[in-house]
Amino acid sequence: MKHNIYIYMIIMAGVTYLIRVLPLTLIRKEIKSPFIRSFLYYVPYVTLAVMTFPAILSATGSPLSAAAAFIAAILLAWFGGSLFQVAVLACAVVFVAELFLLR
Amino acid sequence: MEQNKRLAFSNGMRDGIPIALGYFAVSFTLGIAAKNAGFTPLQAMIVSLTNNASAGQFAGFTLISAGAGYLELAVMILVANARYLLMSCALSQKLDSKTSLLHRMLIGYDVTDEIFGICISVPGKLNPFYAYGAIAVAIPGWSLGTYLGVLMGNILPANVVSALSVGLYGMFIAIIIPPARKNKVLTGLIIISMLLSLAFCKLPVISDIPSGTRIIILTVLLSAGAALLFPVKEESDEA
Repeated sequence: MKHNIYIYMIIMAGVTYLIRVLPLTLIRKEIKSPFIRSFLYYVPYVTLAVMTFPAILSATGSPLSAAAAFIAAILLAWFGGSLFQVAVLACAVVFVAELFLLR
Repeated sequence: MEQNKRLAFSNGMRDGIPIALGYFAVSFTLGIAAKNAGFTPLQAMIVSLTNNASAGQFAGFTLISAGAGYLELAVMILVANARYLLMSCALSQKLDSKTSLLHRMLIGYDVTDEIFGICISVPGKLNPFYAYGAIAVAIPGWSLGTYLGVLMGNILPANVVSALSVGLYGMFIAIIIPPARKNKVLTGLIIISMLLSLAFCKLPVISDIPSGTRIIILTVLLSAGAALLFPVKEESDEA
């Protein structure tokens, strides 16, 4: 079955907006369930971790440059680098590493 | 009151500037992912204007380039953006209870990690115009970055594209690592998540499951497991 890119776009926009706007408009009281609160708290960390690794290793021209960027980004983030700094460092490490790796 | 709105709006714009710069760089790499999924620059920019979600859009582009079904895409977007549900819940507590439905619907347009972060840290209740100021500055950075990413992905040399492709992963790492430093449960959870993700990617049979579905399965299982074993204490909840 061939998929329509505009239906894809409508689904992405619609689901994303509903996720954000429903709690703001409907929930005026605090969520009490410790399980749901905890589940929602952990979700972003698991999703982002799973999406990052091992996918990052095949994102660049060489798994080695990607691995170097992965480690450098974790170190900088651990020691307090901002979102922007960490993203730029990861790019820079790949760029420099591939100057040597992919001749 | 008029004065308050204007002041809040300009304060929001001021705090939105560093966010816009970061967005520009990150959305540029998102544009490259969009191009790989077959999007034109304009289509990708519209997705950015209507989503404002790095991980969600990235997951969406990944699934679309794999030819995923509509339901699979909807579930993936739901899971990838589930954190905004929590943020919007928290933000709803930050709004004056008299805040109108229209204001709530407008703020809901752009609850991102960063906008949420600055909005939740204003003293007292949130003036919607503060959020609008930040959004007004951040959105052009996000959407133009995406547009140029799709456009320039064609023109830039391969090694530059290769380097920029990890930018988004770098941002993901920058989101998950700093809180993990102060929280051993998160550190362990992130390590386990990555190891299982690697295993799911390599194991026979399981690796045949589409990657988007694997992400959903791992996210739901691991988050539920962590929530059961290590319920979050109230005070550490607002990271």
